[in-house]
Amino acid sequence: MKMRGARILLESLRCEGVKHVFGYPGGAVLHIYDELVKHAEELGITHYLVRHEQASLFGAAGYAQATGKTGVALVTSGPGGTNAVTGIANAFMDSLPMVVFTGQVPTHLIGNDAFQEADLTGITRSCTKHNYLVKHVEDLAPTIKEAFHVASTGRPGPVLVDLPKDMTAQEIEFSYPETIDIRSYKPQVYGDPKAVRKAVGAMLQAERPVLYIGGGAHAAGAYEEVKQLAEKLNLPTTCTLMGLGAFPASHPLSLGMLGMHGGYWTNMAVNNSDLLISIGARFDDRVTGKLSEFASGAKFIHVDIDASCISKNVPCDYPVVGDAKIVVQQMLKELEEQLAGGEKVASKVSWHDQIAAWKKQHPLWWKEEGDVIKPQYVIEELHRITKGQAVVSSDVGQHQMWTAQLYGFDTPRNWLNSGGLGAMGYGFPAAVGAAVARPNDLCVAVVGDGGFQMVLNELATVKQYNIPVKILLINNGFLGMVRQWQEQFYEHRYSHSNIEVQPDFVKLADSYGVAAFRATKMNEVSHTLEKALNTPGPVLIEMKVAREENVFPIVPAGAALKDMILS
Amino acid sequence: MRHTISLLVENEYGMLTRVAGLFSARGYQIDTLNVAPTLEEGVSRMTLTTHGNDHVIQQILQQSHKIIKVIDVVDMTIVPHVEREMVMLTVNAQQGEQRQEVLSLVEIFRAKVVDVNTDSFILEMTGNAEKVNAFIELLKPIGITDIVRTGPVAMTRVAHVKAQRLKDEDEEFSELTLNEKV
Ligand SMILES: Cc1ncc(C[n+]2csc(CCOP(=O)(O)OP(=O)(O)O)c2C)c(N)n1
Repeated sequence: MKMRGARILLESLRCEGVKHVFGYPGGAVLHIYDELVKHAEELGITHYLVRHEQASLFGAAGYAQATGKTGVALVTSGPGGTNAVTGIANAFMDSLPMVVFTGQVPTHLIGNDAFQEADLTGITRSCTKHNYLVKHVEDLAPTIKEAFHVASTGRPGPVLVDLPKDMTAQEIEFSYPETIDIRSYKPQVYGDPKAVRKAVGAMLQAERPVLYIGGGAHAAGAYEEVKQLAEKLNLPTTCTLMGLGAFPASHPLSLGMLGMHGGYWTNMAVNNSDLLISIGARFDDRVTGKLSEFASGAKFIHVDIDASCISKNVPCDYPVVGDAKIVVQQMLKELEEQLAGGEKVASKVSWHDQIAAWKKQHPLWWKEEGDVIKPQYVIEELHRITKGQAVVSSDVGQHQMWTAQLYGFDTPRNWLNSGGLGAMGYGFPAAVGAAVARPNDLCVAVVGDGGFQMVLNELATVKQYNIPVKILLINNGFLGMVRQWQEQFYEHRYSHSNIEVQPDFVKLADSYGVAAFRATKMNEVSHTLEKALNTPGPVLIEMKVAREENVFPIVPAGAALKDMILS
Repeated sequence: MRHTISLLVENEYGMLTRVAGLFSARGYQIDTLNVAPTLEEGVSRMTLTTHGNDHVIQQILQQSHKIIKVIDVVDMTIVPHVEREMVMLTVNAQQGEQRQEVLSLVEIFRAKVVDVNTDSFILEMTGNAEKVNAFIELLKPIGITDIVRTGPVAMTRVAHVKAQRLKDEDEEFSELTLNEKV
């Protein structure tokens, strides 16, 4: 059947199994919106109108983080596209599968500085995995097929498809390609057996190993494999900020999170290890601290599907390029063979004892001080009340680090945050995406008063669609993380980090028709949280917390892990 | 160290900026760059020279290999190869002695005079970078008024060299039987 490009786009989305789109209309995408109103229902596609394009990208990102499925966003040309850039960069840094459709001026006007024209493929070239400008309507369906393939395979990432308005108007016979073969793009999924063998040999011999799990374990869904590897070799296991939940926090082998705000025992274990086994992590500077002193006595095994990630920051001794799930399966098999062949697992009793001693020496801590609500307590209560089973989407700042440290993620894909880009404003819209994707799960957005004010317009979105996100606002009246650095590293000079001028958040939510609760004292935290979490629909919970609480431990920027500040 | 890198790319729109953009975004240097079609329609060959330590070169190879429409990346420097570059120069050639001197250099370097004027020549010369540089140095005292260089292009010496191919490596392991996912 002949149909116009706009309809072809929707039919293609159906072929890709897309059920939810986050978007915002404008002139260049009006044909698409027109087809949406006519056909979305029969195609089983629901469009969510956000209140700023950035939120459509964060929504799609939250959707992707909470499910592993490709998130889809749709925005108009020019300002729609430029508003989306932060969200695209975020997905790029955190390797989230996403396809972004942007409107573009008609092909004959491209390059003429037409109204609402922006060179979106140019602007996003360095923050997309790949991008396309569709110049012929017959390329439309194959391009969409390719876009979804590229976004979701290999190291996932955002792919942008720029759609000139005439491409959505022209008519053509629709047929969706069933298969796809891009000769220049063949991600290597199987690890080189020789490399696997060598790596396993090193694992058997290590006396002070640490297993270091990153976001790649989520991308590959390598949960069971990683757990088996840890258990078979009795490996102390740490997760990066992006890896949390890939290995259960309550597992006896879990060391929690490492890096700038990692546990003392965790960073000490990493730093004193003789073998660091990295699965889908990228030795980010927030993890390693000063590179030259990072685990300087250790050999490195690095499993990554992106070869360019290996030896990028630290020289790797045992590189294995491949999909984390498949490579760890290969490792488990190889391990079995080597054990059957008489190899032995080196004893690690004293290593585990040492780590336990470090943990006892400096556990995570915080202190009650009278009535004032301690943010850490709020997170611990959130964990208790939700039994650690909520989907928790965090914004960026101190509250993010407390949540990462204290919520204790046992389940994969329940922890959403902007790790690589560290984009404030992520938490709330990402929770919207997660709640859309997983309607049966409780979705909580933990946000700071700074980040929330970047995106509070989305209260209208959750109201409009009755999306039951519970917004847990940790209000300290400061750009807390900035204030902490100013306190610790700039002699208390609080330059432009005081944001005590702010709305009455309860009244604000009320004006949107969103239920709201507030607690101002320690003894109000539990029942306020319980009541709020049990209130149906979207809810805002404001916790007025201690204004100048700090996140500990902290490794100062550029310092070695061992030089972390504990209190 | 200087490396010559050869990229086989789908000649899609924006391809050059994808490669150039990668270099600028990651702080690598492009010293020379040459792009031209191949026998296959829609496929271009980019030859570029860059410099850096082994780690930087390794990153350059892998990062450029990651560009979705890059078909193949070869570090020519580590395989037997032939490298050539073309230069065109406008040089002073006044009647008499100067003209003779230029012509004898042309002869020695197997260059060509491609345009003649009363007081200047346009010369064309091909060779590897050292030869081109030597030619230029010898002409400098005579007076070069304009110069254009193509930057090197390179070709492997043997047809099927096992160059540092970065793509399609997974095939040899495909007989492994592993559950789920690809
Ligand atoms: C878009 C953006 N702008 C600026 C920053 C720098 N930044 C990091 S944390 C932070 C403070 C966040 O304050 P708030 O949202 O109140 O959370 P808190 O740290 O107080 O928990 C800032 C400004 C950022 N990460 N993202």
